[in-house]
Amino acid sequence: MSLAWILIAPAIAALIALVSRRAAPWVTLAASIAVLVLASFAALTVNRVGVIASAFGGLSLDAFGAVYLLLVAFVGVTAALYSIGYLPVHYAAQEGVPPPRYRAYWPLYNLFLISMLGVPLVANIAVMWISIELTTIFSAFLVAYNDRPTALEAAWKYVALTSVGAMIALFGVLVLYYGINHAGEPVTWAGLVAAAPNIAPAVLLTSFALWLVGFGTKTGLVPLHTWLPDAHSQAPASICALLSGVEVSGALYMLLRIYPALARNPGIAHPGTWYIVAGLISVTTAAFLILQVHDYKRLFAYSTIEHMGVILAACGLGARVDQLGTVYQFFGHAFTKSFCFYAAGIATIVFGTQEIAKVRGLMTRSPVAGWALLLGGIAIAGAPPFVLFISEFKVLAVGFGTGEYVATGLLTALLVLAFIAILYQVGRIVFGEPAAEVHAERLPKTSLVALGIAFIPMFVFGFYLPPPLATLIQHAATLLGGAA
Amino acid sequence: MQTALAIDGFIAALFVIFGLGVIVTRQMRGSLHLFILHALALTASAIVIGIATHSPHLYWVALITFVTKVIAIPLVLSWSAGAQVYERREVDQVITIPRSVLIAGVLALIAWVVAHPLVLAITGRPFAVINLPTGLIAVFFGAMTVAVRREAVAQLMGILIMESGAFFASISIVNDLSIIAGIAAAVDVPIAALVIGLLIRSIHKATGMTRVGLMAELKEHR
Repeated sequence: MSLAWILIAPAIAALIALVSRRAAPWVTLAASIAVLVLASFAALTVNRVGVIASAFGGLSLDAFGAVYLLLVAFVGVTAALYSIGYLPVHYAAQEGVPPPRYRAYWPLYNLFLISMLGVPLVANIAVMWISIELTTIFSAFLVAYNDRPTALEAAWKYVALTSVGAMIALFGVLVLYYGINHAGEPVTWAGLVAAAPNIAPAVLLTSFALWLVGFGTKTGLVPLHTWLPDAHSQAPASICALLSGVEVSGALYMLLRIYPALARNPGIAHPGTWYIVAGLISVTTAAFLILQVHDYKRLFAYSTIEHMGVILAACGLGARVDQLGTVYQFFGHAFTKSFCFYAAGIATIVFGTQEIAKVRGLMTRSPVAGWALLLGGIAIAGAPPFVLFISEFKVLAVGFGTGEYVATGLLTALLVLAFIAILYQVGRIVFGEPAAEVHAERLPKTSLVALGIAFIPMFVFGFYLPPPLATLIQHAATLLGGAA
Repeated sequence: MQTALAIDGFIAALFVIFGLGVIVTRQMRGSLHLFILHALALTASAIVIGIATHSPHLYWVALITFVTKVIAIPLVLSWSAGAQVYERREVDQVITIPRSVLIAGVLALIAWVVAHPLVLAITGRPFAVINLPTGLIAVFFGAMTVAVRREAVAQLMGILIMESGAFFASISIVNDLSIIAGIAAAVDVPIAALVIGLLIRSIHKATGMTRVGLMAELKEHR
């Protein structure tokens, strides 16, 4: 099977969506399902043969790439399904909102999906940078979907800040390009790991520092995170699921993949410290911001910043191979965060507002929405039996096991703080007496189905992982551990 | 080679001056002209290094840079903001111009110091001594443009200056970047400029202005 089909399917859908407004949602959904099926086959092949390549070597896929590809494909399906019912109902319910960019939504959705799928699929690291830059470009108008000044402000901050980050990262990519090239290896992940011992430490470290700032901006690492809560508070819930669930993880994917090269270079001491410090700063800031947040979509955005920090810190603590903590957290975040934004979107339909202070008694007003938000809150906070409980537990176990007591102790305390903060905020929304005046919108069926589908992996992978998926994650963790 | 290095050094100086000009020029049209000159300096450096190192791919880089950044992107920048932005004499700045010059000077020094170990680590690339620190200075200047200018088009110019800076550095160290540079310059950058330009037009339509620095509705506490 050629990997190119994974990119061609949404490209065809984008073209059809451009010419037919009526067919656009269903063609997009069909293409997303096709992408998920193709990605699953590709992942199974990767499990069997290790690395697959196609398009004359322009595309390639290894185990960690396959994990990310599956996440993008899965959230791509649920977000498309969710959008079909959510967009007309939600935007019709708001007064004073101009007609939404419904016609532009579906072509842009497909282009956004292609750019995200390109990140794990393209072989060349420099082209990967282009793919990441395009994720911002294609999603800018999706963030500004409702055309209000606040949405445009959020879109501008998003584009300006992440583009500045992308240009800093570009400098790092080009310096790294020299380093790999000079060592006589191809400019791919395997080439980077093979070349790492022979790259001058100054070249590798400079590249990494530029990546940390550049891709860190896109990942939402503190203090480069300011675009993230604004964009999530304004974008449609379906786009938030993609942004938070998989787009920011794309930039994080780059930061994780350079780690084995840093670890293999004899001139670079303790590269994990960079990851631990950057991760803990983000987790600390996010945990305190969650306590004082006023908008429940911003709450989940801060939770994304927290999770990105946890994944980075996990990598630094040594949870790459041991017990799979980093990859598992990366994997669990995508499912859980997309579910949370779907639940938040449904709550917005029920209440017509995202202000936490104005909403009470969601469970009474709409049990489905109430339970969804409550379960999402519990899952994202890292409670059992959900997938993030397992991954965070693995991370902390490895941290204490490797003797990193101070960093792991701090991480534990911050996770507990974030846990309390998230449940406190979600509890305020879900319980209590509902306000007198609330919107009486019927919840869109496709959105509820998408919510149900998104719930399955978030719940099931907390206690059971199908053997092929477990093998894939194991292989991905081995790659992060520095296998060439 | 010595002549080529001398010419490239002269171009690098112009590259820095034009970048600084984009930060401090009061008139929008003046900024745009300096942005075009900045892109021309990148084109010229690619040609000089291409001739000196016998790297034909750098001619393609030069051609693509010329077509996209000297011709196409300025048209997008002119179109996206509308005529009145270019007619307005002053472009809003967060800090005064003398302070901007001072900060830019400090940033140039920092870039030089930061690039030094990298220059020492890179072997067999004679133009890296000139282009690497200069490229990093442009990256810093571009970031500063985004930070200090309140006008959307000026901020977009800052982003594009950062991209030019990265390429100014890369043409001196990467020998086989032809396809990648081609894709980046020919596809990604114009698409980015066009989409951001469209966003600027939407902002203008919705708010009646393009001074994005004044848009500050979204914050945590209200």
